[in-house]
Parts: sequence; structure tokens; C-alpha cells
Amino acid sequence: MKRSRFSQIIASILVNSLYALKNYPVTLVNSLLAPISIIIVIFFVSKGSLVGVAIEGGLLTAMIGAGTSLQMDVSHFKNDFKIQDMVVSSPTSQLTYMIGMALSEIVDSIPALLVLGVLALVFIKPTIMQATTIAFVMLLMFIFSSSLGFLFSTFTTDIIESRAYLGIFSLILTTIPPIYYPITYIPMPFQYLAYLSPTTYAAEIVQNSMGYLQLTPLNLGIDFAVVIIAAFGLLFISYKHAVWRDR
Amino acid sequence: MLLSLLRHKGKTMQGISCENISKSYDNGKKALDSVSFGFSDRGIISIIGRNGAGKTTLTRILATELMPSAGNASIDGIDILKDPGKVRELIAIVPQESRPIGWLTCKQAVTTYLLYRGYGYSEASSRASEALKKIGIEQYANSLARRLSGGTKRKLTIATVLASDAKIIFLDEPTTGLDPISRNELWNMLELLKKDYLIFLTTHYLEEAERLADKIGIMEMGNLLAFGSMDDLRKKVDYEYCVRINDKRKKFELKDGKYITGRDNTEQIFTSKSEAFEISKQLMKEGVSFSSNPLSLEDIFYYIVKMRLSEDYEEK
Repeated sequence: MKRSRFSQIIASILVNSLYALKNYPVTLVNSLLAPISIIIVIFFVSKGSLVGVAIEGGLLTAMIGAGTSLQMDVSHFKNDFKIQDMVVSSPTSQLTYMIGMALSEIVDSIPALLVLGVLALVFIKPTIMQATTIAFVMLLMFIFSSSLGFLFSTFTTDIIESRAYLGIFSLILTTIPPIYYPITYIPMPFQYLAYLSPTTYAAEIVQNSMGYLQLTPLNLGIDFAVVIIAAFGLLFISYKHAVWRDR
Repeated sequence: MLLSLLRHKGKTMQGISCENISKSYDNGKKALDSVSFGFSDRGIISIIGRNGAGKTTLTRILATELMPSAGNASIDGIDILKDPGKVRELIAIVPQESRPIGWLTCKQAVTTYLLYRGYGYSEASSRASEALKKIGIEQYANSLARRLSGGTKRKLTIATVLASDAKIIFLDEPTTGLDPISRNELWNMLELLKKDYLIFLTTHYLEEAERLADKIGIMEMGNLLAFGSMDDLRKKVDYEYCVRINDKRKKFELKDGKYITGRDNTEQIFTSKSEAFEISKQLMKEGVSFSSNPLSLEDIFYYIVKMRLSEDYEEK
């Protein structure tokens, strides 16, 4: 029998995203509202001056959120339903499962991305170059966070452990880094702390492209290098070291 | 309609061959110790044992989910260590404590599993309908899995793997926690399925193994203490019959047999068929109430495990 890798990817998208949306439409409402809440807060607090940065931050957060959700979902499938055991013993490979589950998170994020995209067009009006830069950085952050999420999900043995990782990742990837405002808003000694997270470098690239931050070409190059190395380095580590066939 | 689900029917099968499989964990715990057995036909292999005996570890190794520390095994002639990808095309597993995803309907649950096996959507969908019909739960096709009873959920997980092209199915304690009626329904279903599949079934229900299995393995503390048909296992303990006498004062001079204390502290005689017949005749004459039966799996299991435990105790 000829087996379709496309079907194997679609399986994860259906089970983790489309069937859930179809059978429980309320998840769609949550998906739409989640990224907007913080933008509303930033809008009121900054009296509208930071809304553009906040929308960019929302786009980055949506990508990072896809990765952290992936960690929870894969872990849930593995530990509560034993789905991963069934998939390991099937013709689906680790990489195919990883891609399928990651794409399912993107599909889940589409409503939020559409809302944020419309807000970006209204409030930021990016040029094609700026939009391309944002999309590229979003893609890199998605690769980074989903690789991280998949890697850790395969080590977890309980939902409690997954929740703990979720809290830690959210803090490191979305709370500490200056996603919704420029890094200059953070007092000096704490800026170093922010630079421990790859998200800070991604946010700087996006904010620089929109003119909210002025980076030197060297700093911009360093930012790109960090984000690219973090994304593909973690993808490689996840592919090599995620627990698929237990040892 | 069923024919398409049973495409491998009639094809020859090399079954499962397991050679000195051992598994030790980093903390030093030895989960399996040189387990070897072989079975090359359709039917049911049942591995019985207490909790922690090593049944699930063995299942997970054979289903290519867990690497052994030593030894090797092959599934239908394919090495599980050298070519796990090919093995995975032949097998499917219902893991212990697995349950269908609650937000999927029964049909969606089976369809997605078939997509994971690489079927196109339309074929997966039609095979899912056939499998639900075959297992007798087609009326729940559009019901959410979380609304099903425990027995129907278990049937759904089994339908999921049966819908695929797998010819060797691993079922890890599939009837644990089910009520007696649901369990009996599953047993009836497995009795039908074993004509077409090789089913590797672990259980701690001894009557389940005795009723369903063609070959039974008894595991204790990571060791496979015995493996074979019921007749093979009876030979292994050197006795054929068990006589239970209610009057404890009644004693016999035994030529072939010996007194054994049963699990409920009752005294019983394990012996040859002829001696059991002689004892029975005498007890009937004297009007003493008793029972005499061929050794059941329960008798054999307790005997073998007890022997093993006493050996270990003596060694210590």
C-alpha cells in the first residue's frame, strides 16, 4: 500500500484543530479574542501611541503561543490519550507527526492572525518589505517555539509537568521580552535579562523594521543571527533528542 | 464489505519471534530478563502476570515503542531493531489506559488514525464506517467519544486499529475496568477476530487468557516462566488434574500427586488424571464432597508463580 505523508500531516491538523473547532465552536471565539486582550490594555495605557508595536507584538505572541500550545497538546495526547504510543507504532514518522502537530497549531491561530492582520493594515499600514520582514521573523519564532514545545512535550509524563513548562516558557518567551513595547522602556540592568530570550531579538527586528527602534546594521545582523540560530538549532535538537521511541 | 478490512486473510504469517529480550532502566530496575518465545500463526498470544510483572514493557518493546537493553525480536520476519519502520506497517497497538479523544466523534477518531497510517481521506472514511459496523457500534458513528460508555469506548479503540491494514495487533489490558457484560462482549469479538489476526493480548484476568488464547505466557518479575498452550502449561507443572476436598481431615497417600495450598488457603491435590480418578472414586464411595477438574490456568498460574517466589526466597 502506498502511504501518503500528506494524509499523516492532515491527521494531526484534523484531530488537534479542525475537528475540535467543528465539534466545539466556542474554541473559535477564544482563539479570536486571546491576542486582542493585551493589545487593548496597551492601547489604553499608552493612549494609543504604542498600538502599532502592540499589534506586532500580538503577531509574534501568536507564533510563540502556537509553540507553547503545541507543548501542551502533544503532552495531552501522549499522557492522557496515549495517542503518541499509537502513532509511534504506526507508519507515521516523528518528523511527520511534529510537522503535523505544529501546523495544527498554526491552523488554530488563523482566526487570531486574521484579526491581527486586519488591525495591522488599519493601524500600521506596512510596506511589502516591512510585511515580509514581520512574516519572516514570525516564521522563525514559530519554528523556534514549536521545536521547543515538541521537545519538552515528549519528556513530560503528566499534565502537571506540562503546565509547569508552559508557565516557564510563557515567562521567558513572552513576559520578560519587550514584545509589546520597545526595549528602551525597560530600565537598564533589566535589559540584559531580556536579552536572554530569543524573542527580544525577534521583537527588535520587527520594531526596527517599523521604525519604532533604530538599530545599527551590526545589531540588526546580530539579531537575525540569534533568531535564525535559535530556530534551526532548536529544530535540530528537537528532531534528534525528542523522545519518540523510548529508551 | 468485511473482505476489504481483511485483506491479509489467507496470507502466510511468520508471527512474533522474541529472543532473550531484556530491559533495564537507568535506576537499575530490571523490567525484563531474557524473555524468549515464538508464535507463527493467526490467533491470540496472551501474556498474564501480576501488576509490574513486565507485560507492558514487553508489549511496548515488540510494538517498537521502547528499545530493549539486550536481545532482539522480529515481527513477521522483520527485525524490530534494524527495521522498525517496516514493522510499523504491519502492527497496531491499543496501549494500556488508552482512550478515544473526547472531542472527536467515533467516525472521526477512526478516520484520523487511518490518516496517520497513510490512507487517503475518502478511503479512511469508508474503512472507518466499515470498522464501526464490524465491531457493532455504527450507531455511534456521529456521537462524541466522551459521551460513550466505558465498554463502547474500548470497542472504539479496538475498531480504530482493526480498520487499518495491520495484521498483528497489540492489546495491552484491553478489558481492565470493564463490567462483566462489556468484557464478555469484547471477548466474543476477539474470538471472532483471532481467525484473521495475530493478537498479542496482555491481561491479568486469567479466565480471559484461558478462554481466548492459543498460547499463554506467564510472567513474573520480568521473567517469562512458562509459554505454551494450556496442554503445554499442564505438562510444565507435571500434573493434569486438581482435586479439591472440603473435608481437610481426609488425607491420601499420593503416588503421582502432591498437596498444594491454594490461593485461598484451601488444600488441594495436584495429580495425574488416573490418580485423580482413583481418589474421586473413593471419595464418592465415602460420600465426601469434592471437586475434580483438569488444571485450570488459575491453578497453573498460582503454582508456577508460587514456585518461582519460593525459589527466590530460598536463594535470598
